[in-house]
Amino acid sequence: MEFGFTTAAYVVAAILFILSLGGLGNQESAKRAVWYGIAGMALAVVATLMGPGSGLWILSVILILIGGLGGMYVARRVQMTEMPQLVAAMHSLVGLAAVFVGFNAHIEIGRVADALNNAGIPFPLPDGGGDAAIAAVREIAKEFQGFAEVVAKKTVREIAILRVELVLGIWIGAVTFTGSVIAYGKLAGRVTSAAKKLPGGHGLNAGAALASVLCLIWYFSSGGLLPLVILTVAALFIGYHLIMGIGGADMPVVVSMLNSYSGWAAAAIGFSLGNDLLIVVGALVGSSGAILSYIMCKAMNRSFVSVILGGFGGASGPAMDVEGEMVATDAATVASRLKEASSVIIVPGYGMAVAQAQQAVSELTRRLRDAGKEVRFAIHPVAGRLPGHMNVLLAEARVPYDIVLEMDEINKDFPETDMVIVIGSNDIVNPAAQDDPNAPIAGMPVLEVWKAKDVIVSKRGQGTGYSGIENPLFFKENTRMLYGDAKDSVNEVLGLL
Amino acid sequence: MRIGTPKEVANGEARVAMTPDSAAQLQEIGYECMIESGAGLAARFSDQDYRDAGVEVVKTAAALWASADIVAKVRPPGDTEIKHMRKGQTVISFFYPGQNEKLLEAANSRGAHIIAMDMVPRISRAQKMDALSSMANIAGYRAVIEAGNTFGRFFTGQVTAAGKVPPAKVLVVGAGVAGLAAIGTATSLGARVYAFDVRPEVAEQIESMGAEFVFLDFAEDQTDGAATGGYAAPSSPEFREAQLARFRELAPDMDIVITTALIPGRDAPVLWTRDMVELQKAGSVIVDLAAERGGNCELTVADEKVISDNGVTIIGYTDFPSRMATQSSSLYATNIRHLMTDLTPGKNGAVVHNMDDDVIRGVTAAFEGRITFPPPPPRVQAIAARKPAAAPRELTLEEKRAAEVETFRKDTRFQVGVLVAGALVILAAGAWAPASFMQHLIVFVLACFVGFQVIWGVAHSLHTPLMAVTNAISSIIIVGALMQIGAGTWPVMILAALSVLMAGVNIFGGFMVTRRMLAMFRKS
Repeated sequence: MEFGFTTAAYVVAAILFILSLGGLGNQESAKRAVWYGIAGMALAVVATLMGPGSGLWILSVILILIGGLGGMYVARRVQMTEMPQLVAAMHSLVGLAAVFVGFNAHIEIGRVADALNNAGIPFPLPDGGGDAAIAAVREIAKEFQGFAEVVAKKTVREIAILRVELVLGIWIGAVTFTGSVIAYGKLAGRVTSAAKKLPGGHGLNAGAALASVLCLIWYFSSGGLLPLVILTVAALFIGYHLIMGIGGADMPVVVSMLNSYSGWAAAAIGFSLGNDLLIVVGALVGSSGAILSYIMCKAMNRSFVSVILGGFGGASGPAMDVEGEMVATDAATVASRLKEASSVIIVPGYGMAVAQAQQAVSELTRRLRDAGKEVRFAIHPVAGRLPGHMNVLLAEARVPYDIVLEMDEINKDFPETDMVIVIGSNDIVNPAAQDDPNAPIAGMPVLEVWKAKDVIVSKRGQGTGYSGIENPLFFKENTRMLYGDAKDSVNEVLGLL
Repeated sequence: MRIGTPKEVANGEARVAMTPDSAAQLQEIGYECMIESGAGLAARFSDQDYRDAGVEVVKTAAALWASADIVAKVRPPGDTEIKHMRKGQTVISFFYPGQNEKLLEAANSRGAHIIAMDMVPRISRAQKMDALSSMANIAGYRAVIEAGNTFGRFFTGQVTAAGKVPPAKVLVVGAGVAGLAAIGTATSLGARVYAFDVRPEVAEQIESMGAEFVFLDFAEDQTDGAATGGYAAPSSPEFREAQLARFRELAPDMDIVITTALIPGRDAPVLWTRDMVELQKAGSVIVDLAAERGGNCELTVADEKVISDNGVTIIGYTDFPSRMATQSSSLYATNIRHLMTDLTPGKNGAVVHNMDDDVIRGVTAAFEGRITFPPPPPRVQAIAARKPAAAPRELTLEEKRAAEVETFRKDTRFQVGVLVAGALVILAAGAWAPASFMQHLIVFVLACFVGFQVIWGVAHSLHTPLMAVTNAISSIIIVGALMQIGAGTWPVMILAALSVLMAGVNIFGGFMVTRRMLAMFRKS
């Protein structure tokens, strides 16, 4: 097939990918958009298989199918509460693939150089080298296929740039790989979700980063394998240590960041392979992840750097004294209050996912709606462990999406609401963010649940939230605490309705 | 332990401190219940009702006092009852320890623990045992009913074939629990209700009950009710004058006046003077719920219904709750039951008199031979003190415009700065880098722009599907691997094959899970 055909197919695929992301603007067009993405991917793969430079296409197809079966198996089996770890695991695969492809490119460069040197032609070609040399290269390049053929024609400068691109691709890919593996471990509960650092803290990261830069310079001048390997190891370490130092509730930012990195890695590899489709898609994914990270950070009123460097900054002054007392209540009281309420807002958080309470909550919603009450959900951007995590859980439990609202849409409605049920969230409903300028979360936008007439907080115990600070909401006059496992509590209330 | 309720000795008192319902619940927390024969009759609970609920019926008061560990009653104990008390016995009743010092000393000298139901602190945890509130609620309701009984016209306005009937106008003075209950009852009967209170913060509650708040044009820093535990405080003479002047304006129009103004620990303030009564129309009714403490109306006679010279009826009954004995007994008994629940943390019928608990400390007037009245102020404030909110200053039009122009300039400066810096970087790169690289760079930069524009439009609720789908498409790296897999050397082939395999997992897994998620989103 002609090279032109492949390029044309890439253009179409790129457009399909853009449409596929753009279609996620609302729930209905999203169902169509995902097919655009599938079509784009199929087109890109087929065009590459048929295009120049590929070989062993039977093996390729078989490998894709085997991988595909694995992917389908996982996609069918995964619980919606496990989405965060699935996404993290998939990022790690992209990162590792980027590392492999980058190393391959390095090996190919070496092979081309050997072949050309054997033929007595200088490699790389000097800038603006003579026509005779180029003609000779063309002759030899015919023996190579695909990437090698492109490499063979490169000049000194082009090879220099290629090396930088390659290093970037491998470096980002390696950080993504270990980072995602650790993120997966934290989300799946296999690695402690507390923020942990090796002795030396950020000094170690800085050291590894410095080593990476030195290796880049070394590789840039020598082109040897050793600096590349050292650099990869340093990057793997950074990925591991950086994510180990970030606590569980900051995972939405981490996962979006890794999402972004996997895109940038693909783009860097695209540069080194001279493949525009890789560049376009990498840039799309990279900017998508970057925007998600930005939105998450904004929702916590923290800078990206402070999240990545881990932990909350110390309070800037003594915390405000919390007045009042926590008042416990029981399911019977909650049920009778619910019967009287005409408008109810439910605020779910990570605790709901942990307790697997979404089905019970959905059942509660259905019952209350059948009784003619207005029931809505308020979702804080950082609720859960993944951007949009709560929406997916509620959707799975068959809660209609038009009653699931964002913070900005629903915050003004709390004063007119009879009852708010907070299930497994803490910091995102903490009034200290607004009242106490010294609180570590001061200035973070929060759901103003305390303005409602009654607030019921379903909570396992009296502990504090992720930020480790006391929540004055629990001490308010109109707040009642319903202690116990969220699922059991909601089911108990259901039984009494 | 055994809890018993004697027949009330006070004349005309129809209430009883234990009902068959409350007895059943007391037994659940481990108490044995006893009642004096005939104690519930006036409230329409027969001895048989009690027996059916598992209560032991005792013939005489003396026998009951002798065998009960805890005695629950309504009115403060009388002289004979004091003599029945013994050491270690707990007596629960309305006691008014502030006014009944001698009675308290007498009871204390017998060694009994006295729990005064009128001393329940006004904090939300204690609401369920706040007997004053539940009695006031009944009094407010009954006041309207008594007034309607005497009043010769409809409450509600009607247009009938026989002529038009204007709605009755009701003024409620003092919007505490009784006042609000009166407002609610009167509005639901169809009257037009006006209400007044010295605490401006209750205006909202008054309006929420459907009455109109009578505003007083008086500039003075009125005491925030929060400072006095939610009760009204005495007002200044100037304020009182302004208030009376306003009432004089209203008096000729009002058909029914219900006064409920009380200040803790003092005589009731006189708010409805003789001349106001004289201004009222014949047939109007005044119900004075403060009659027991001297009355808000100058002409009130406690416990009696009197008619003024100009035909205005003034009702000064002090036994409104007792007039609805069934209802008030069941509420009071429930209050007592809640108190017992707090006193019995183990639910085993054993009283744990925890003097560190604000509520229990508050209600205890005498304990283990010591008089513990008055209690220290509760640690929890009844109502959160209102913070003086500094109103945000309204910006003038010019200031707003200036601010807008300023932000616009700032944005422009920032954007132009970024563009210039970006262009310089790209130009610098272009000056050195070969053309092939620049082509790719242009594609990259444009793709980033497209990406930013597109992703901002993605709905928040679809962020998880977005991550899954970007995950799937970032496996486009498979294209690179496919280009290398046929390169010929083993290591390259193996690495490329592994990449193809992993990307394959990602592509199928990512798209499938996205589809699964999107299929779940449904409209109601």
